[in-house]
Amino acid sequence: MIPLEWYIGLSSIIFMIGAVGFMIRRNLIIMLVCVELMLNAVNISLVAFSHYLQDLRGQIFVFFIITVAAAEAAIGLAILVVLVRNKGVVHTDQITEMKG
Amino acid sequence: MDKYILIPLLPLAAFTINILFGKQVLKDRAHWISTLAVLGSFIISLVTFFEVVNGKTLNYDVYTWVLSGSFKVSIGFMIDPLSAIMLIVVTTVSLLVHIYSSGYMHGDPGYYRFFSYLSLFTFSMLMLVLGNNLLQLYFGWEAVGLCSYFLIGFWYEKKSAADAGKKAFIVNRFGDFGFGLGVFMIFLFLGSIQYSDIFANIDSLRGQTVNLLGYNVDLPTLIALLLFCGAAGKSAQIPLHVWLPDAMEGPTPVSALIHAATMVTAGVFMVARFSPLFNLSPTAMAVVAITGAVTSLFAATIALVQNDIKRIIAYSTCSQLGYMFLACGVGAYGAGVFHLYTHAFFKALLFLGAGSVMHAMQGELNIQKMGGLRKYMPLTFWTFFIASLSIAGIPGFAGFFSKDEILWLAFNGGTVGKIVWAMGTLVAGLTAFYSFRIIWLAFFGSFRGGHELEHHLHESPSSMTVPLLILGVGAIAAGWIGISPLLGGNNWVAHFLAPAVGHPHVHGSHAEEWMVMGISVAVAGAGILASMVFYLWLPDLPGKLSLKLQFVHKVLWNKYYVDELYDFIIVRPVMWTATNILVAVTDGQIIEGIVNGIPRRIAAFGEQIRKVQSGNLQHYAIGMCVGFFAILTLIMIIFTK
Amino acid sequence: MLPVIIFIYFALAMTTLSILVITRRNPIHSVLFMLALFFHVAALYLFLNAEFLAAVQVILYAGAILVLFLFVITMLNLKAEIFTDPFIGEWPVSLAIGSSLLLLIFFTLRDFLPGPVGTYTIEMIQRETNTKILGRVLYTEYLFPFEIASLILLIAIVGAMVLAKKKS
Repeated sequence: MIPLEWYIGLSSIIFMIGAVGFMIRRNLIIMLVCVELMLNAVNISLVAFSHYLQDLRGQIFVFFIITVAAAEAAIGLAILVVLVRNKGVVHTDQITEMKG
Repeated sequence: MDKYILIPLLPLAAFTINILFGKQVLKDRAHWISTLAVLGSFIISLVTFFEVVNGKTLNYDVYTWVLSGSFKVSIGFMIDPLSAIMLIVVTTVSLLVHIYSSGYMHGDPGYYRFFSYLSLFTFSMLMLVLGNNLLQLYFGWEAVGLCSYFLIGFWYEKKSAADAGKKAFIVNRFGDFGFGLGVFMIFLFLGSIQYSDIFANIDSLRGQTVNLLGYNVDLPTLIALLLFCGAAGKSAQIPLHVWLPDAMEGPTPVSALIHAATMVTAGVFMVARFSPLFNLSPTAMAVVAITGAVTSLFAATIALVQNDIKRIIAYSTCSQLGYMFLACGVGAYGAGVFHLYTHAFFKALLFLGAGSVMHAMQGELNIQKMGGLRKYMPLTFWTFFIASLSIAGIPGFAGFFSKDEILWLAFNGGTVGKIVWAMGTLVAGLTAFYSFRIIWLAFFGSFRGGHELEHHLHESPSSMTVPLLILGVGAIAAGWIGISPLLGGNNWVAHFLAPAVGHPHVHGSHAEEWMVMGISVAVAGAGILASMVFYLWLPDLPGKLSLKLQFVHKVLWNKYYVDELYDFIIVRPVMWTATNILVAVTDGQIIEGIVNGIPRRIAAFGEQIRKVQSGNLQHYAIGMCVGFFAILTLIMIIFTK
Repeated sequence: MLPVIIFIYFALAMTTLSILVITRRNPIHSVLFMLALFFHVAALYLFLNAEFLAAVQVILYAGAILVLFLFVITMLNLKAEIFTDPFIGEWPVSLAIGSSLLLLIFFTLRDFLPGPVGTYTIEMIQRETNTKILGRVLYTEYLFPFEIASLILLIAIVGAMVLAKKKS
């Protein structure tokens, strides 16, 4: 049997990769992709917990997370489209109008 | 509520009413409020005086302000012979000056302000005199100094008047610094500022010493000298006399009230009040006596050559105050206070008379430009003449009895006493000389001020002459309460004041007393004769003498260059320090540096911090992760402990 | 033995794929690698007896979200993307932070204590299918969140349309 810690470890690795990717990439679309990556990592961990603790709540939660992820991806991409339409670039280091 | 509290309260009420409503409502009627208030105080003071004559003394607290353990600060009244006689002096002269001012200051735009300040001054002086603790004395002391500033600089648009007011106040503050230290020391060593406690325990100070900068200084001497600093400032003794001549910039009634009869006598009053303390220190008493005598001589010599009528009388005041301190210094406090009392009458009379002359002369002060005024203003002349006879010490007049008492007791006062007696006698001669100089130059001879002025010469209105008459009576009769036993009297005033100020031991014989009296009368007579020679019979003699003794004349004319000396030693360095150090460095660099520098630093810091907000989303994400990491580490460290 | 090998394969594959996702220059390549990752995740769900979720994962993520991403990328026509620098200037910092966080989590995993065990045993789930059990729980206990989820989706639809509308 595979210990629960392995699943959690895997989940955290993918989560961290997603986080690093979020912080590294210049392209806004890839940043959104990394967000999806992070959400997926969390999903893996939740399903693993559900399996090992024999409680369905983990899977229910995953269900809702997927829903919200979908909604968020849709709206995020809509905003991105508008941004590109107005500014012409998708690079984060060129969109710095909110600086102090 | 007893009647004693009304004595200072009525003038205070008059001040408040006048200052609040004077400008709009009262205008030219402002004098009614003040005069009626002072009249009330005068009547009650008279009643109080007769009560004290019958033996009543009182020491009670009207209002206790601070009561903390054994420390007590209160407003209280001490009614004893000394304060009773001072009450008479203050209220009488104040009342007469109020009446006089209604005529003299008529038409002045600051009429209501003048009366409100006069009332405030009367209140302050009464609080000073009636006080039963050092704090009230100090309050009154400072308050009369303040009123003096107001009143000297009454015509504040005139620069010389404003400067004179400032000078008076600042020089007074020099003295008050020493006075304040004296008060602190009394509190430190006796634990209380109430007179009753101080005088009960005063003997505990005898023989004690304090270590001051390595030297062991006798404690009573130190305290007495510190207190005398204040007295020297207030009563214009050397070296703090410089403000009194300049104070003549104020209106003449002010000079009569403040710089003749009341404020300047506060110093003498204070020394007399603290006679138990001064009696413990022969050194301090010697200092007081010698300072008094030297000032007396100093001022009298300057008065010989001045031409401004008010300044001559001012130096005369300075000189007579020297007499009073001379008396206190040899232990004759009662005689000093007696002279204070008679001096109030004839000096106020001299000033008010001078005011009357100035009124007729349209403000001209130079006696060289006057002459023959007795034809035009007989009342002023006769009262002025009486006052001059009094100050010269001619027998029968008030000044004779008090001055003689002082000289006799000085003669009895040991070696120091004999020295100051000699100086005092010389001064008596000089006093007679310069007092009559004014009379011959101003009232006799022909008028030297031009035809235009001559046409306007007239006697003053009755509001001004009636006080002159009353004071004239006082200048003669006031001395009759202190007639020496030699001449058949019983020296009532000395016995009256003895419970409060003590009585010095007299161990001279009657023959010596006659001799002293004779010498002083002879000297006075010689002075008058000399003045007649110089100014009546041989009018060109003064001119020729001043040319021959040009150097002496120049020194006297310039008041021994004391003002210039002070300017050089004190005023200029202080001003230099103020402009170059305090303004340039302390204010400009240090304080402005801090006040401006701190905001600048904060702004610069803010500029740097601002750069964190780069607008780049990922920088924020990195920041979040760093914070997250920090929090997790913290939690881990805390929870694994 | 076999489960361990399969798990190790999955672990390695998913790690490699995710690293590839974040490092590709071309966004299309990135998204396609993500597709592969989604399939692996679905397979992992199957491994964990959650068939319904595996199906939902493939349908939704791979089928809907990914397609959306591809549409947007092609719509935006980012040809120049390939030639520009993919990473921002401060990428070492991010890498360091990420690694430290990962190490921190690994450090805590040693003292990990799972919570109490629930009632839905694997046998029960295998008896009645995962879908049925899930459906029963969803529509009874979690009905309210379910309805809210539908609302969220509604908002997403309306919002996306409103936001991206061309100004006419």
